[in-house]
Amino acid sequence: MARRAGRLSRARFWPGAITLIALGALAFGPIAVLLLHAGGEGGFSRADLAAIRFTLVQSTLSALISVLLAIPFARALARRQFAGRGLIIAFLGAPFLLPVIVAILGLLAVWGRSGLVSDLSQSVGGPVISIYGLGGVVLAHVFFNLPLVTRLLLQGWAAIPPERFRLAAQLGMGPRPVFRLLEAPMLRAVVPGAFLLVFLLCMTSFAVALTLGGGPRATTVELAIYQALRFDFDLGAAARLALVQLGLCAAVAGLAVLVGRPAEFGRGQGRLRRRWDAPGGIWPAIDGGVIALALAFLLPPLGLVILRGGAALLSGMPPGLWPAAATSLALALSAALLTVAAAMSLAMLITGLPRARGALAEGVGLLVLSVSPFVMGTGLFLMIRAVADPFDWALVMTGLINAAMSLPFALRALVPALTRVEADYGRLADSLGMRGFGRMRLLVLPQLRAPLAFSAGLAAALSMGDLGVITLFAPPELETLPLFMYRLMGAYRMQDAAGAALVLLTLSLAIFWLIDRGGRHDAAT
Amino acid sequence: MTLRLEGVRLVRPDFSLSADFTVPKGEITAIIGPSGSGKSTLLSLIAGFETPAQGRILFEERDLTDVPPADRPVSLVFQDNNLFPHLSVERNVGLGLDPGLRLGAEDRACVARALEEVGLSGLAQRKPGALSGGQQSRAALARALLRDKPLLLLDEAFAALGPALRRDMLALVEGLRARHELSVLMVTHDPGDAAAIAPHTIFVDGGVAHAPAPTAALLEAPSGALAAYLGD
Amino acid sequence: MMPGSPLRAVALLAAALTPATALAQDKPVLTVYTYDSFVTDWGPGPGVEQAFEATCGCDLQLVAAGDGAALLGRIQLEGGRSDADIVLGLDTTLTALAEETGLFAPHGREVPALDLPIAWTDQTFLPFDWGYFAFVYDTTRLDTPPASFAELIAAEDISLVIQDPRSSTPGLGLLMWVKSVFGDAAPETWAALAPRIVTVTKGWSEAYGLFLEGEADMVLSYSTSPAYHLIAEEDATKAAAKFSDGHYMQIEVAGKLASTDQPELADAFLDFMLTPAFQEVIPTTNWMYPAALPAEALPEGFEQMITPGKSLLVPAEEVPALREEALQEWLDALAG
Repeated sequence: MARRAGRLSRARFWPGAITLIALGALAFGPIAVLLLHAGGEGGFSRADLAAIRFTLVQSTLSALISVLLAIPFARALARRQFAGRGLIIAFLGAPFLLPVIVAILGLLAVWGRSGLVSDLSQSVGGPVISIYGLGGVVLAHVFFNLPLVTRLLLQGWAAIPPERFRLAAQLGMGPRPVFRLLEAPMLRAVVPGAFLLVFLLCMTSFAVALTLGGGPRATTVELAIYQALRFDFDLGAAARLALVQLGLCAAVAGLAVLVGRPAEFGRGQGRLRRRWDAPGGIWPAIDGGVIALALAFLLPPLGLVILRGGAALLSGMPPGLWPAAATSLALALSAALLTVAAAMSLAMLITGLPRARGALAEGVGLLVLSVSPFVMGTGLFLMIRAVADPFDWALVMTGLINAAMSLPFALRALVPALTRVEADYGRLADSLGMRGFGRMRLLVLPQLRAPLAFSAGLAAALSMGDLGVITLFAPPELETLPLFMYRLMGAYRMQDAAGAALVLLTLSLAIFWLIDRGGRHDAAT
Repeated sequence: MTLRLEGVRLVRPDFSLSADFTVPKGEITAIIGPSGSGKSTLLSLIAGFETPAQGRILFEERDLTDVPPADRPVSLVFQDNNLFPHLSVERNVGLGLDPGLRLGAEDRACVARALEEVGLSGLAQRKPGALSGGQQSRAALARALLRDKPLLLLDEAFAALGPALRRDMLALVEGLRARHELSVLMVTHDPGDAAAIAPHTIFVDGGVAHAPAPTAALLEAPSGALAAYLGD
Repeated sequence: MMPGSPLRAVALLAAALTPATALAQDKPVLTVYTYDSFVTDWGPGPGVEQAFEATCGCDLQLVAAGDGAALLGRIQLEGGRSDADIVLGLDTTLTALAEETGLFAPHGREVPALDLPIAWTDQTFLPFDWGYFAFVYDTTRLDTPPASFAELIAAEDISLVIQDPRSSTPGLGLLMWVKSVFGDAAPETWAALAPRIVTVTKGWSEAYGLFLEGEADMVLSYSTSPAYHLIAEEDATKAAAKFSDGHYMQIEVAGKLASTDQPELADAFLDFMLTPAFQEVIPTTNWMYPAALPAEALPEGFEQMITPGKSLLVPAEEVPALREEALQEWLDALAG
């Protein structure tokens, strides 16, 4: 494919280039606007430095614990066959799509001072658990990322050729040699990428730190940006912190490139390889215990959200729920459309470029993840304020920012798929003279149906559950479902919040499931 | 209607290929040689997927060197991935008439005739996944017919088929060649294929595609590298 | 920035699905930004809205925009583009800062007789209620509450939830309270208090909710908060701890924005705010002392509330300088 550059047509180049320029403007324009508005210089306060330190500490801990717990969990799932295994693996995809605010409600119900664990602990004379601060933030991040890492590792296990396991069985290798000779090398290749992915995701965490952080002791850079904007209206401080965040994320992303192939983002492998190692003795019990423990950690928060939400909904819907849900739905669909259009145009550009430039383009997409959505939002707000009423544009801004935030995941799904389509059918299409719109319609889109739908579903679900930039300038009469729920929680209407949480949870998972399934339906392979 | 490679030379860091000969017109010419020697690369040069560093590729005295793949007088059948899995057989074959697939009633009749000619009547609405390997190759040949190009390149097109099926396909190709006055270049890893239907054979080895030589003579008295390749 | 059509599609789609809230287009709309708990169903919002709309021939829209300090940030972000005509819910720790933004217009009237512990001279903002900050606890869980900051610091088993001074007026009030009592020793006080603090919330509602959920033993609130449980829920288990150090006072105010497109309506609202129709709603919805209603008019139950031995208040104009310093001390103490 080395000779693609010469054949990069204009139709293929321009949409991607324009998207790239727009992304660059979206990522860096607002920082410039903020610095311009703020004027002058300033340093970092002790609290800023504490936020930077806390961000690094919690990201490291979250990533480390997620990976360390995921290894035995994935290993147990990879080598055991039991009823419900497929269901568990499917369930592992849910937390990533889960609206953060819903998960927090569930985690509080389990780990809060009056939650299940504290009740249990107190009934045996133990202490009350405090979830706020570093512990709570890391707990929530592990809840989100343990399943993600587990799925990434399962893909790694599935990539070990089955012949090797057969050979190992023939040679009579037990669990330890199998781990040393087969599994450890795979982990060495997969774990660094997974670690850095989780690290990056945790670094820009906002809603978790906002609700579970608890004050200056546990403030992430992203939260400090929000506070600088929302409370102090200190644009300069926000811009400076945004640059710090950008720098940190760029460093991590750079490290990821150095360390090797970043973890592939996609569906988990449900396939089971027949295994001969660890057949008896204590191993099945250990694996069973590991799986049970992991589920005991992952399931109750969701179970409680469903139970409490169901009970709350039975006794009536909180007023304002459906308009908020409709707004969120519209936002989610628009963001999904935008994400897919932008990702598709970028993927066309990236796969058309020689390797190095393509990696660069993808890097820019990833960098968007590192720019604070609040800084983006505020920058856009200030830009629009100069010419129009920004509230008329609040939803558009939110949709745009949500779409940008999902873009890296969409690129991860689309670029390899497009590369594969070009490798398999590019020459055939070339030799038949299929180009431009016809090639798009007849070859690329049908072939990419599954990853496109996956990307759209993911973007829709993420946008649906996002409690981010909308908190900064929610237009007076407009509420998204997460904001509606957050306000209910803030007003101590926990029952109504529980009802809203269940609706939000259902909508997020359903919108992903429907769109993703729509893509897989009758997609021939 | 002759194809000529004039001092063609392709250079890659770990590989090079040169060719300088004329391909017999209206015949099937086989291309044999060890794997990795550049048999497929030779077809890629002719089809336009590779650009030579030196030399020209001429068809009827027209220089093809800078002509994009779709505009060359060439149809190509690969070993696999010849058909788009999401399109029906009819639409896959119809691509030979219009790469945008705007097919009128007349076009569809043409597609039906082509399918009949390769023995696929009645399977027009199937998806490729529902066809056997041999049927997939037939569909690809049907499309090549509709494209109506004087040169047909087969890149180990039937390598995955069993011996009986492969014989059938070679017979089909021979029939099509005769009826449509095609020049056929066929990469194969089985000298038997060459002996069966190709009057001339090109031997590729050591970075050189040798000029076509009469197949019978070549295979009966192989020399040097060819003898080593054939292993006699 | 993006190709035009998707953008427009987003806007159209959003517009199509946006709930139609501005139904009463024929009536003028007065938009009041206030804090979250004001607009809740059990807050003053509904009563105030009904009473004002009965006389003004307008549509009063109360918009929840966070806690007091966040309100100010919101107004600054929106600048002259704000939809708001009135901001209701700042307090005297914020009025000087708010004044500096130049976004507010003078109220331009004689201040009427008020039932405040201090004389009111501010020319931009008018008060609507007041109260004392206090730590509220549950008498079934805490037998002997601390009676001073020193005792609170010494009580190792007590957990406390407070509000962030950057976003919330109670949080800022506590900052001033500690500064008023301890002066230069405030940083040490905060450092000593830090281990008691379970979490710092963005606003009052979150903190109070956490306290009721049982997430903390005490919460920073008002001396009158127990009246809510006593009167609305007939629950006498909540009480405010009286501190011998004295209690810091909060006076909540409203002001008119210079950019208002409804100046007459805004003035009418400020007048209305000090009439009994508004003031009588306050005690049993906002659970504060009304600014223009004599103590005799308070509902039964309020007499059981603690009365501070000493009331503390930093004059509004001195707050900005003090706030900056106190905030830094607070951040340093709690970030460590």
